[in-house]
Order: sequence, then structure tokens, then C-alpha cells
Amino acid sequence: MIIYGVAILAFSYLTGQLCGEYLGEFLGVKANVGGVGFAMIILLLCKEWLQKKGWLDVEFEKGVDFWNKMYIPVIIAMSASQNVKVAVSSGFLAVIVGAIPVIAAFASLPYLIKLTTKH
Amino acid sequence: MEIFKNFIDKNGLIVGFLVVGVIALLSELFSRKILKGYLPGSAIAILVGLILAYFGGIISGGDKGLADLSTLKGIGTFGGSMFRDFTIVATAMGASFAIMKKAGFLGFVSLIYGILMFFVLGVVLAWIWGYRDAVSLCTIGAGSCTYIVGPVTGAALGASSDVIALSIAIGVLKAILVTILTPLLAKRVGLNNPAAAMAFGGLMGTNSGVSAGLAATDPALVPYGAVTATFYTGLGCLLCPSLFYLVLGWIF
Repeated sequence: MIIYGVAILAFSYLTGQLCGEYLGEFLGVKANVGGVGFAMIILLLCKEWLQKKGWLDVEFEKGVDFWNKMYIPVIIAMSASQNVKVAVSSGFLAVIVGAIPVIAAFASLPYLIKLTTKH
Repeated sequence: MEIFKNFIDKNGLIVGFLVVGVIALLSELFSRKILKGYLPGSAIAILVGLILAYFGGIISGGDKGLADLSTLKGIGTFGGSMFRDFTIVATAMGASFAIMKKAGFLGFVSLIYGILMFFVLGVVLAWIWGYRDAVSLCTIGAGSCTYIVGPVTGAALGASSDVIALSIAIGVLKAILVTILTPLLAKRVGLNNPAAAMAFGGLMGTNSGVSAGLAATDPALVPYGAVTATFYTGLGCLLCPSLFYLVLGWIF
């Protein structure tokens, strides 16, 4: 049943996000810390466990795969609901502080990869 | 008209599905027929989304782009953080846990480096601009991390509302730039494998920018970028108003 896949995804999402909320609270931060990351790891562990048990079937995977493929449409909708107006109209300082570090980050990515893969 | 308006109101999310589907279709056609595949359809669709968001903001005067037009409110739900995070988690199904573990150290280093670099550059640029008080400098530096870290830090430190607004604008601009530049620069900076995507996610940190940028580059890399980027905002909110502010107060 497709709903099993969706339900496992929902379980992973909710458990992971809740972990992130509590970790944020524990650290004294007003934000979710790593919720999506925890959820992804929980989903991967669930998948491996189900595979071992032999319970992973095509229908199940379809339930997760649908949401996987909805990812880009969601991102399009997200772009369409960003506050682009404020970004465009907030003056030169915002443009500089927004742009220069991003360019510096792109420039340093190859070195970062080289540096850490050596060790 | 009244019936139509109520009907749209009741079915907002479904209207969102339809509108996004039409945007995706037109962008795909534009990519194939006019650009001959030079830019992928998804990258164009994301760009179109941003442009529409600009006009949506101008027409409605709100801060949620197209989603502030009452007939298109469903786009805000469809593109909100709940669906975004739910679908990102679903992308993990195609990811490998072993690779994530192997590249974990690289992800961690880039996370720390990313937060520090954006914060320091933000502070330095604000200082050159003429800001001299530690609270404003720290809020602007936090804004160059993400558009959530900025206002959280500003509120914690009691920054003035125009500095907080500025920090949000900086963070939004960063997300938009990462979205647009990632597919264009990916090849040149070696962003073509899972480990590099993990480093990229930690380095850039902005959830919406990283997820949209990687989606337009190569959807298979999305889970790897997202798994590190998800820690960025939280860590930024932790470090900026505490440790970084203390250090700034000590310097200025």
C-alpha cells in the first residue's frame, strides 16, 4: 500500500523535526537545529531495516518517491513566495553584504574540498 | 464573482498545484525550444518564480511574493517550510548513508567555516559602510548567514528595527543569489559529487538557496546538500548572538 511509504516518510519527518526542536531548545536557540538532517537519517535507517526484513516493496517506494519528485515543484512555489521585493529595493549595502560573501564562498569551495579530502 | 472567490479560497492549495504545473510546463518548453537546453527547465522555472514573486510583492505590498495575492495564497502553503522539508526528507530515499558518513567530516568543517566566513565578511563590510556599534555589526553579520539568523540575533541583542530589516534583506538576497549562481557555477567549482554537495550545503547554509540551487543543478545532489545545510541556521542562531557577539564587543 502506498500509504505505508507515505506514513514512514511522515514518521521520519515528524521524529526528526521534533529532535531538531528539542535540540534547539536544549541549546537555548530559537530555531530548529538539524531537524531535516535527523529526519533524513531516520528515513535511511528505516529503509535499511525494512530491506533487511524483506518488507520493502514497489508500492511502498512509490509512496516516498511521489514526494521525492514533488520536490522541484515545491521549490518553484517557494521561489514564487519569497520576499524578492525587499531584496531588490533595500539599497546598496544589502546588495554588497549579500553578494560578496556568496562569491567568496563559491571561490573557496574547491579549496575546501581539496583540503579535507587529503586527510 | 463572490462565489468564484470563495471557491478559490477554499481550494487554495489545489490552485497552487495548477499554477506551479503551468509555470513548470512553460519553463520546460522555453528551455527546449528557445534555449535549446542551455539552462534546464527547472532552473528557469525557479527564476520565473522569483520574478513573479517580485511583481506579487509590488502589487500586494506584502512580504510573501505571489502568495500575498489572495487567489494565489495556496502557493505559499505549497512552497512553505512544511512541504519543503517533507519533500527534502523524501529525497534522502535515493541517497546513500555510507557516503554521508564518509563525508561527514568535510560537511562539519564546511559548516563551521561557512558560518564564520559569512559572519566575518558581513561584519567587515558593514564596518566599512560606517556601522560602529557591536549590536548592529553583529546583526548585519548574522543576516549574511541566513534571513532567519539575522532577525533572531537582532531581536536577542535589541538591534534597531531598520537594522533588523536590513539583515533580513541581506539574507533573502543571499538565498536568491545562491539559487541563481549554483547551476551556473557548479561545474567550475567542482560541485558534481555527493561529498562536494555536502561541503556546499554547509558552506552556503541558506536552506532555500541550497535546495533550489542544487535542484536546478542536479536533483541527485539535493539530499547531500540538505543534510548539512539543515544545521546551519540553528548553529548560526546559537553562535551569532552569543560567542560572536562577545568577541565583537571585545574588539569594538
